[in-house]
Amino acid sequence: MWTFIHKMGSPPWFFRFSGTVVKWLLPLTLVLLAVGAAWGLLVAPPDFRQGNSYRIIYIHVPAAVVALAGYYVMAFAGAVSLIWRIKMADVTMRAAAPVGAVLTAVALVTGAIWGKPTWGTWWVWDARITSMLILLFLYLGVVALFEAYENKTAAARACAVLSLVGTVNIPIIYKSVDWWYSLHQPASIKFTGESAIDSSMLYPLLLMIAAFYCLFAVTVLLNMRAELVWNHREAGWLQQLVREA
Amino acid sequence: MYFDSLTALWHMDGHGFYVWLAYALTFLPVAVMVWLPVRRQREHWRWIAAEQRRADSVQADMTDK
Repeated sequence: MWTFIHKMGSPPWFFRFSGTVVKWLLPLTLVLLAVGAAWGLLVAPPDFRQGNSYRIIYIHVPAAVVALAGYYVMAFAGAVSLIWRIKMADVTMRAAAPVGAVLTAVALVTGAIWGKPTWGTWWVWDARITSMLILLFLYLGVVALFEAYENKTAAARACAVLSLVGTVNIPIIYKSVDWWYSLHQPASIKFTGESAIDSSMLYPLLLMIAAFYCLFAVTVLLNMRAELVWNHREAGWLQQLVREA
Repeated sequence: MYFDSLTALWHMDGHGFYVWLAYALTFLPVAVMVWLPVRRQREHWRWIAAEQRRADSVQADMTDK
């Protein structure tokens, strides 16, 4: 285990390892997304109250779930980079930020589109939606903050601090539908006890959540690899790889 | 399959516009998000290869003289 973690910090090893992972994970992600979307759009029955508009759930919920989970990945990588000054953690943190931003934006946009036929409005300033908007700004903030610094070591440190401070928002998002009155419904899927959603609708949803987790992982890895190639363009191992290709 | 025809699938009892718009606005950004780092890495890779060829030709010139 420790040797594995230790190896992850080595760019040449990580580059080779992530190359193998991406080669399998990218096709798997595309298949999961295609099957999940087809299942949700074509096979699953309509909701008895919302009709067909509820089919947006199969992208809205996975995007939101992974946008939140992705924030932990980013903040954890930020903490590791801050405490142990591991370059790879810093690369991970910055690779996760744009992916999280896209997924948060997708959750907000699909939520707005779903809101129109269901609530009669595109947008309400309620706790859940507003805290998700703050999440989007946190992700974008990390991206922008890194670009704002000339000194990239200082930039990485500032981004790590920002992402750590932002974690306070995550439990607020989770609990927002319970703490405040909201148009947004509380969670239907529960780890303990009966889920408030029929299995004919639940299975495609779980599949799509898995697909979005894979999508997050594969995109973060692709971002990291692109970054590594540029950062190590002078390094012997990379020069060797380019020559062999 | 729940829908009887492609028209019914497209229309979705009046919700087709919302559902298809939401899916389009999800999968377009996702495709771009996956494609951008692939393109960026390919560009870096080409740049390094070009630098190597340049360095090699300089080396070859030096040995000729």
